[in-house]
Amino acid sequence: MKAFAPRSLDEAMVRLTEDPDLRLLAGCTDLMVGEPEDRLGLPGVLDLRGLSELRRIEWHDDALEIGAVTPFSQIRDSPEVQKSFPALAEAASKIGGWQIQNRASLGGNMANASPAGDSLPVLLVLEAQVVLVGPEGTRTVPYREFHLGYRQTALGPGEIIGWVRLPKPPENAMQFFRKVGAREAQAISKVVVALLADVSDGRVSEYRLAAGSVAEVPLRLTEVEKAMVGRAAKAEIANLAGHLAAQAVRPIDDVRSTAEYRRFALEQVVRRMTLQLVRRVPE
Amino acid sequence: MEDNHRKKQQQKGPESGVTRRHFLTGAGIGAAGLVAGAPVATGAAPTESAAIIEVGEMVPLTLRINGHPRLLLVEPRWSLAYVLREKLVMTGTKLGCDRGECGACTVLVDGVPRYSCMTLALEAEETEITTLEGLLEGEDLGDVQQAFKEHDAFQCGYCTPGQVMSVEGLLRSNPDPSLDEIRLGVSGNLCRCGAYPNIFKATRRAAELKRGKGDRS
Repeated sequence: MKAFAPRSLDEAMVRLTEDPDLRLLAGCTDLMVGEPEDRLGLPGVLDLRGLSELRRIEWHDDALEIGAVTPFSQIRDSPEVQKSFPALAEAASKIGGWQIQNRASLGGNMANASPAGDSLPVLLVLEAQVVLVGPEGTRTVPYREFHLGYRQTALGPGEIIGWVRLPKPPENAMQFFRKVGAREAQAISKVVVALLADVSDGRVSEYRLAAGSVAEVPLRLTEVEKAMVGRAAKAEIANLAGHLAAQAVRPIDDVRSTAEYRRFALEQVVRRMTLQLVRRVPE
Repeated sequence: MEDNHRKKQQQKGPESGVTRRHFLTGAGIGAAGLVAGAPVATGAAPTESAAIIEVGEMVPLTLRINGHPRLLLVEPRWSLAYVLREKLVMTGTKLGCDRGECGACTVLVDGVPRYSCMTLALEAEETEITTLEGLLEGEDLGDVQQAFKEHDAFQCGYCTPGQVMSVEGLLRSNPDPSLDEIRLGVSGNLCRCGAYPNIFKATRRAAELKRGKGDRS
């Protein structure tokens, strides 16, 4: 097993070009879940945590850039994230427990491409852009087009996730995040939901809804969004939003929950978020 | 920790040649050296790239544990928890799930609580590792250990070393945590016996002891 800890992006690119099968490390919280024997089969690892370009939170133009290996504890505690992207700060504080948050990263969550990744619905509603770094340079892909299928991403050979760009959200829009698991911490989600929405002149002017653990990939629930935008912001629309959300997903039964419960939980979470929106009650 | 770690790397600057931060690459070079010098990694011919480490091959690694450097030979795939328990026989660190769910293996890496079962031993080079053993003050219990004892913050005791390490890490960054902050601080540590109320009380007591207000009996 080969092991590298490059200290510059260039060095990382060279290693990866020489050896495209290296497993990228961005916190190890997915890698180390397997048995130690499983790691025997690894051709090698490339630890990205030492790259300062990939470990930062800073504004660039009108977008907040978050490095792929920045641990969730830093995202959770960042005043910039808390101010402009409260749903992401909330998600970062609900992922795993304290120790996981000290290691796990947005880049790892994206690359692992689990349907239950807690930060992923948030990236969908924030319309995050993913900057991929490859031997030929960088390219930017909307997160929505990055996560292609169950544990499948648009990452090409020799490419790594560099950072995400979060465009400044609409002024005054409300953001919500809710994770439903067997317990408050240290549970993989049964359902995870993010909503970014706004009301102006008494009507819903913006409504971006996404959910995880309800399909093979995290989904933007566009049917619900279309039905909500333009509607009078009255409590009755909350029921409709929940109902439509439950229709829009394709959950499965597995060890953590049933398809029926997932639909039910999603319906309730979306209904409550929408009620809070129309009542303008911050969560 | 993460910040310290970063600072350390930045301080190192663009030195020439192989630096200690290049631990993995450096370890590989070390291994090649050992192949030539001593029969540690038998059967593995030195290859063109010095950084290639064959499966089952050991690499030298220095870990700083409780203030003392420990020179070891490790396989790159070994977790820090495995190395602490099986190679150094420091059994204060417990293994419960070995997959980052229970928290029994919690240690401090540069002062921050981390799961040692989810940390490769190689990754921990150049960090300050603190284990349960490192909290002792000579023959006496450390503040957090003393507080756990006073408040009977356990039943079976298996999760206790991990709980103690999480509380130690919490109090280092937040000397006077609220109940909610305490709950978050031990959110990554499961207690099957449900001793949480006493763990929370013990955390408050430990904070007092650390601030020097507590009257130690």
